Amino acid sequence: MAGLAAAFGSGAMTNPISDIEKADVILVIGSNTTENHPVLSTYVKRAVTKKGAKLIVADPRKIDLTQFATHWLRHTLGTDVALINGMMNVIIEENLYDKDYVESRTEGFKELKEMVKTYSPEHVEDITGVPAKQLVEAARLYAGAKAGSILYAMGITQHITGTDNVKSLANLAMLCGNIGIEGGGVNPLRGQNNVQGACDMGGLPNVYSGYQKVDDPAVRERMIKAWSLKDLPDRPGIPVTEMMELAYDGKMKAMYIIGENPMLSDPDLSHVKKSLKNLDLLVVQDIFLTETAQLADVVLPSASFAEKDGTFTNTERRVQRVRKAVSSPGDAKDDWKIICNLADKMGYPMKYGNPRDIFREISEVTPSYSGITYERIEHEGIYWPCPTKDHPGTPVLHKEQFSRGLGLFHAVEYLPPAELPDKKYPLFLTTGRVLYQYHTGTMTMKSDGLNQLAPECFVEISKKDAEVYHIEDNDMLKIISRRGKIKARAKISERAKQGMVFIPFHYVRAAANKLTNTALDPVAKIPEYKVCAIKIEKAA
Amino acid sequence: MDTENIIIINGLKCSFSKNETILETALRNGIKIPSLCYLSNTVSTGKCKICLVEIEGEDELVLSCQTVSQHGMVVKTDTPRIAAARRARLEELISSGHHNCLVQEMDINSWTDFQRDAMAPDIHRTLCPAYGECRLQDLAIQYRARPVKAAKITAPPVEDVNPFIVRDFSRCILCGRCVKACNEVQVNRVINFNESESKVITKDDLPLKDSNCVFCGECVQVCPVGALVSKRDFEIHTKPNTTKKIRTTCSYCGVGCQIYIHVKDNQIVKVTGVDNFGPNRGSLCVKGRFGFDFVQHPARLTTPLIRKGKKLKEATWDEAIDYIANKLGYLKDKYGPDSIGVLTSARITNEENYLAQKFARAVIGTNNIDHCARL
Repeated sequence: MAGLAAAFGSGAMTNPISDIEKADVILVIGSNTTENHPVLSTYVKRAVTKKGAKLIVADPRKIDLTQFATHWLRHTLGTDVALINGMMNVIIEENLYDKDYVESRTEGFKELKEMVKTYSPEHVEDITGVPAKQLVEAARLYAGAKAGSILYAMGITQHITGTDNVKSLANLAMLCGNIGIEGGGVNPLRGQNNVQGACDMGGLPNVYSGYQKVDDPAVRERMIKAWSLKDLPDRPGIPVTEMMELAYDGKMKAMYIIGENPMLSDPDLSHVKKSLKNLDLLVVQDIFLTETAQLADVVLPSASFAEKDGTFTNTERRVQRVRKAVSSPGDAKDDWKIICNLADKMGYPMKYGNPRDIFREISEVTPSYSGITYERIEHEGIYWPCPTKDHPGTPVLHKEQFSRGLGLFHAVEYLPPAELPDKKYPLFLTTGRVLYQYHTGTMTMKSDGLNQLAPECFVEISKKDAEVYHIEDNDMLKIISRRGKIKARAKISERAKQGMVFIPFHYVRAAANKLTNTALDPVAKIPEYKVCAIKIEKAA
Repeated sequence: MDTENIIIINGLKCSFSKNETILETALRNGIKIPSLCYLSNTVSTGKCKICLVEIEGEDELVLSCQTVSQHGMVVKTDTPRIAAARRARLEELISSGHHNCLVQEMDINSWTDFQRDAMAPDIHRTLCPAYGECRLQDLAIQYRARPVKAAKITAPPVEDVNPFIVRDFSRCILCGRCVKACNEVQVNRVINFNESESKVITKDDLPLKDSNCVFCGECVQVCPVGALVSKRDFEIHTKPNTTKKIRTTCSYCGVGCQIYIHVKDNQIVKVTGVDNFGPNRGSLCVKGRFGFDFVQHPARLTTPLIRKGKKLKEATWDEAIDYIANKLGYLKDKYGPDSIGVLTSARITNEENYLAQKFARAVIGTNNIDHCARL
């Protein structure tokens, strides 16, 4: 989200999901929407089939949405910045950009214009493999839209250039005047139910709730008062990926992990295991004995979403109610109660009667949530920012002006991924998800039905590569990277691009993240899950 | 009110928008016209023929879902003539399949041949899984419609060779709502009518599991009868009116679909989408609709555990909280607050995330708080 925050001043979906059906051109890049956000993908499909919108899909894999696309740009893995710069090159060269908008709403255009000059469609074809003619057509199509919507997900962010990728998309959208209008926007699709909420609530090392900076003295003063404290730490903390590094080096002594399973979700799993084992105290609070919980010193049983009251904030910034439907098994407790008990015991009493009380405090200390109450969201959620009790909420961000004032163009050059195929590891690996499983499988793999439909890991490989390696469908393969190896069956598919295989990361027994690269985006600290180099062998 | 766009329904002046059907105009103005095939936001099939209305000056009754509202029209939706026509059509529909619900509780000796036939196949001896939630049943009771003929009912066998959806063709009234849901709402384009419009089929009439069906279950949600049923419902035959439904937000991806969790005796029996409200307007995906087993799975953690050597041993909450508080306090004193890190979660509520960061900052005294959003 760092990329959007830098460009616009706020890092969230700029437009609501329902706006997708109001767009006349939609660009989907780095999102396998039908499998990862299935219900949201229905908006894209309806926009095309019922509203006559045109769809551009940019993805190396032949994902299902390509069936609905006017243009499918099959670029080489990790060349997103070059692709977008190429589109902007065409749009500027052909004078198709929104001059009034660029003039009145943005800054930094001169530098951008200068930079994209070198990204001629022909040059971009060399980098991305997308035919120049196709790139030109797609650029013209997007630039010609009254309202152009951009949707992206982890396929954009999980690169060492993730922040750059996002900035490029922000550039493209601003260039064509697509931010702050109905049906437009740059829209990151969040992968987990309450990622947006976890960020909004200050589950980040550098901000309190509502993205109020911990190193801003005025903010800190306010929080000290609100929380009846004498002091609060003034330096930003460190992100999860660095916590693991410090644990590995013995400098991090204790971790309290709530509802996360880094033992499957982090890159380079053997490293994570050593890091966690190195801690003096590992507390894991979860609904199952996950791979991470199995390493813990103390495991705390918590309540699932169906067993508690509260709110989630969805990918479109809409705060919605969560309600208790069943009681928790055994002694399992709501996470909020566990945290309160622990705080009480450590000498800082947290006394709340129920989640509604906590939400009242959130509204008091969080400007973007100030106007939201349980009563107001009883039937339908409200989009933040919602500063006052009579404010209707904000479906479309940056309407009159950007959160930061003027929208900022970033002249972003293309950089190749951290690890490229070579003689020893000649194939690209990209990772992702399948429709029937979710994240590390702690939830979906408890369903016999879902397991029947997606029982095990596979390696999606192109027909041509299969021929080269003499692989038949369902052959057991060894997939080896510089960091580890796993076994999985071959699935020969027209979805895969030649020179690249795809592996879903859900499965413990063939954890794709044993292979992936820990190289991080320098700003967002996101690992490059989407690109690494591997070799394959037939398993004996 | 726009004086150029006025239609009078049951004496009420109603405004309408361009190309709106009488049925839609009525619904929007709070007037109910019964229908089995109408599905909002799709093009009506006109197949159930229940939504008949009278238009002043016209001899024949018309289908309100197929007739566009026009200025000055005077429409009646509930005359004896309409009721009779609806009853006749409902009797035709009930007689077309294994709709045995209305005879379920009668003495077996009083059954007609038709009823015996309807109850004959083994799977139909028990209550129809749609009992109590069936729109055909509701209308049959309301219009006092009864089965009329004793013709042998022939239908393709029940298809249940997939984990989630049972297709009982003997109860299909061919209304086409499932076809509309699949093609126009979810746009998965998996099912359609066969050429003679006598069966809803996948491409080449394959079972769902061998088609490109993605098991979103939209077809199950919109089926007005017992032809498309979730497998769990088919197997456990939850009695009507014994469950309660609780509205909440789905816990899978970031879309935040609004769902009803249907609960019986503290057991989750079903999940359905909440119609008419965003972001999903009733739609769900396979995980949200059918992937709820994890909640009440036997592998759920039910008690705190503390490591004793290589093993995790059961402990009380007091023991666990004491242990953690002491150890965290000790490590904080010895190595400083920044030697401790907290990972909060994209899975827990806002309220809990807020407290987790407050705990890290106010109780431990560190900004080392993060979650796995990046991962």
